[in-house]
Amino acid sequence: MYPGNGKLSHVTTDFTCRIRMLVLVAGIAVLSPRADAQSAAVTFRIEAGEIRTPLAADAGDATRGRAAAAARDGGNCQLCHALPDMQAVFAGTLAPPLHGVGARLTEGQLRLRVVDSSVVNRDTIMPAYYRVDGLRQVAAAFREKPILSAQQVEDVVAYLKTLR
Amino acid sequence: MTACLLAIVILAACSTQAAQPVPLKSGVEFASADVRSLQQDDFANPGMLWVTRGAKLWLEPAGSDGKACGTCHGDANRSMKGVASRYPRIDSVSTGLINLEGRIQQCRERRQHAPLMAYESDELLALTAYVASQSRGIPVNVEIDGFHRAHFERGRAMYYQRVGQMNLACTNCHDANWSKKLGAETVSQGHGNAYPIYRLEWQAAGSLQRRFRSCLSGVRAEMFPYGAAEYLDLELYLAWRGQGLAIETPGVRR
Ligand code: HEC
Ligand code: HEC
Repeated sequence: MYPGNGKLSHVTTDFTCRIRMLVLVAGIAVLSPRADAQSAAVTFRIEAGEIRTPLAADAGDATRGRAAAAARDGGNCQLCHALPDMQAVFAGTLAPPLHGVGARLTEGQLRLRVVDSSVVNRDTIMPAYYRVDGLRQVAAAFREKPILSAQQVEDVVAYLKTLR
Repeated sequence: MTACLLAIVILAACSTQAAQPVPLKSGVEFASADVRSLQQDDFANPGMLWVTRGAKLWLEPAGSDGKACGTCHGDANRSMKGVASRYPRIDSVSTGLINLEGRIQQCRERRQHAPLMAYESDELLALTAYVASQSRGIPVNVEIDGFHRAHFERGRAMYYQRVGQMNLACTNCHDANWSKKLGAETVSQGHGNAYPIYRLEWQAAGSLQRRFRSCLSGVRAEMFPYGAAEYLDLELYLAWRGQGLAIETPGVRR
């Protein structure tokens, strides 16, 4: 997906990105000119492997975040991850369990992983939850829409912080 | 020299392609014990309803000349043995790629002068399941050279192409993560050797292309219409990738 080699995290400091405006060409990060009127694109900044500034004005709500993480039409995180407070029988094993993740990672690191895990691991199978470009053949009903809204990203991050 | 070696090591480390599954395992090996025993018992296997219906259709005259499949091909147990293992393949008349469904449709059109059966109709599924079941136990063995090559390459490219809102390719699940669980389902190696299958979730038999559509809709990707060239190419790549697996039609899945 990225023409450049290796991990992006070393080079993606201090670039202002809209939803996936980061394009890496031979190790040089540039801002793509793509502007999309439809997607309520919130500007965010990746610094030292984190997105420090919340994407939404309202603070994240952990209870709503838990529901958004569980919902089949929301995060559906258990497809791949086990979550400590959800039923294990429905949990996938494609990804590490999220037990204790709120203690392992900072809020900014959690936010970056929900927004776009491929910034951390280029080959990740984890979907980018807040990104609309760089995707192909998206079904019409989902086109130009991130999987989660900016507020839902904040809610999910607030929920992940409680997993200590 | 050292730099060159280093470059090779780095390239290898950055390679994004997961290896093809070893050893090859049919989808039934990932099914629960009850689903497995349904598939293995012809009297319990609900897919056998389609096979039985197909056996009837085989002998039913259709079209202006009043010919049945059996009029030309005789006893399917003999004449159709091994046929399914060679599909999809290039049709020598049109030089286009066709799957088993397409082959059956061609006989309808060219030999029986009968109206085409709709893709995914019970009739076409029944005849396909009946014909394919004559190859049970015979290993998949498709050609990929000559006119097949371009189709094969396109199918392979599609298999590795991430698509949909979830941005996943077939390889991400079926090469890199087979045997792991996606939600409550165990991901298999994604082979087509048991199709058409009876799927409990569908409460019906379905073709390999119907399964493609399930996977594509799962990743929220656009689907192609039944019979689309893209699906045929993908079927060829998948058959090659599962080369050597015995045909198990009709399979049963949850
Ligand atoms: C299709 C699979 C998939 C889905 C769905 C998925 N993830 Fe992930 N996730 C992964 C994988 C695999 C990793 C391991 C790191 C990597 O490979 O990128 C990961 C890593 C993470 C991490 C970092 C864990 C750590 O210990 O470092 C967090 C946090 C996370 N995911 C949160 C979520 C949340 C929240 C959701 C739902 C909104 C979600 N994931 C949905 C596959 C998935
Ligand atoms: C997000 C994960 C995922 C992706 C991506 C995916 N699949 Fe699947 N696939 C599954 C699951 C889960 C099943 C059902 C369990 C099983 O049989 O593997 C399945 C089933 C199948 C089967 C049926 C296997 C059998 O024995 O019945 C085939 C064939 C298949 N997939 C092919 C594909 C192809 C081709 C693609 C790409 C167009 C694809 N899959 C993409 C998860 C995925």
